[in-house]
Formats: sequence, C-alpha cells, structure tokens
Amino acid sequence: MTLELLLFYILAAIAVIAALAMLFSANAIYSVLFLVMNFAVVSVFYLILNAPFIAMVQVTVYAGAIMVLFMFVIMLLGAERLGQPPRYMPWQRPLAILLGLLLAGVTIAALTAQGLGPTPAVFQAEVIEAFGSPLEIGKQLFTTYLFPFEVTSLLLLVAMIGAIVLTKEQRAKDKIVRRLGTPPGNK
Amino acid sequence: MVPTSYYLILSAILFTIGVAGVLVRRNAIIIFMSVELMLNSANLVFVAYARQFQQSIVDAAGNAVLNPSAMSGQIFVFFVTTVAAAEVAVGLALIVAIFKTKRSIDVDQVHQLKG
Repeated sequence: MTLELLLFYILAAIAVIAALAMLFSANAIYSVLFLVMNFAVVSVFYLILNAPFIAMVQVTVYAGAIMVLFMFVIMLLGAERLGQPPRYMPWQRPLAILLGLLLAGVTIAALTAQGLGPTPAVFQAEVIEAFGSPLEIGKQLFTTYLFPFEVTSLLLLVAMIGAIVLTKEQRAKDKIVRRLGTPPGNK
Repeated sequence: MVPTSYYLILSAILFTIGVAGVLVRRNAIIIFMSVELMLNSANLVFVAYARQFQQSIVDAAGNAVLNPSAMSGQIFVFFVTTVAAAEVAVGLALIVAIFKTKRSIDVDQVHQLKG
C-alpha cells in the first residue's frame, strides 16, 4: 500500500466519521463543528487532487463564512437542543436508513460501473503547473465563463435582498407587538 | 496515485449520509447542514473527475500547456459554492422568520402555510 493510499484511507475515515457525528449529535453546535471538520478534510482532498484554489475557497467560504453563519443563527435562536416531540411518522426513521443504504449501494454501483481503476487512455499522472492554479481559474472565469460569472453576481444580490426582506418584515411586526403588548395566545 | 473511483465511492457515502440527515433529523438547521454536505460531496466528484480528465496539450513551440477545457470541473465547483452561499443566506433567514412566529425550528411543527 502506497503512502498516498494510506493517507486517503485515513482522511476518508475522518470525513465519514465527522459526517456521521454531524448527523447524530444531539447538540446543533457540535454538528456545526463536525461539519467544519468534514469540510476541512475535503479541502485536503482537493489539495491532493491538484485543486489548490478550490481548496482555499472551501476553507474560507464553506468552513469559514457559511458555517459561521450557521453558528450565528444557532446561537441567536438558542436552538442548540430540540426536545423530542411526538413524531408524526414513527416508521420514517428505519425506512429512511434502509432507503439511504439502498441509495448508497445504487450510487456506488453506478459510479464505479466502469471498473475500479482510472481510465488509462486519458489519465495522466503528471500534472502541469497551471492546472488548478488561481491564475488559470481567474482567466477562465473572465473569458469562457464570463456570463455565468455575471449571473452569479445577480444570484447573490437576489439572495441578499431576500434575506433582508425576510427578516425586515418580521422586525416591523415585532415593533407593533412591543407597543401593543403580546397578544394573548401568541407567546 | 489514488484511483478516481475511490473518491467517487467516498463521495457517494457522504452524499448518502446527507440524504439520511435530511430524512431522519427534525431540526431545520441540521437539515440545512445535511444539504450542504450533499453539495460538498458533489463538488468532490467534480474535482476528482477534473483531475482524471486533465490533459496537457503541446503548443506550437513544443511546450506542454494546459488544455483550457480541463478546468471546467473546478470552475463548476466555484459556481456550486456560490449557489450554496446564496441558498444558506436565504434559508437561514427563513429559519429565523419561522422561529420568530413558531418559537421552534422543528420541521414537524411547521405544517401550516399560514404563519
């Protein structure tokens, strides 16, 4: 077993365990931290796969910005723990696990239908330096992918406006409630 | 060199954990994080295939240069990350709005369209 393969197995085990721990943590804060761990491991995979720019984006945007946003919301709402209310569908959990395992089997079978090795005709073990470099990604973003890039800015603008609108309306309502006192039965 | 299919299998496992999280958990924030996990596993497939199909071509001067289309997979990951960020911003705003009216983010409690 080569060193690289050994590294892959260790990192993959950490990634899967972190994902499972995210799923089964009772406390949402721990879930966020386990997901950050998973993202960090995946960014190491990106480095191994010659994608340094994507790895950095993964760390700053995913593990940094997005997960901090999650953390903020959880702490803001004080929603670390949910009590276990009566479930509407008690049979859902075992069925979900069964179907999940089935989905895993089908996905793995579909993805590896070509056999386990890399396709030799196109696979190159050597990677030239420009592959995955920030310079090359920047060039392509502003030439070949210019239109999708601009659409992305529009998407972010819409998301920003959406987030502001969704919370602003609520704030106005809160002000009315504060002035008139809490209406009965709406505690 | 680790075969690409190993990355595909790992990605399939992570994706399935994400699906199970959406189905099993009732906490809306955990459901959102599971969706993030699924997006991330798709990104891993993109990067793994980009690495597998990267090819250098030889230019007129005889130097090996990058095939411009070899980077498509990594560019797509960039876009997926952007979409994920936008989705999280709107989704968390929705969760906050729901929490303010319902005092809970349990998705079982949210069974009415009218707040």
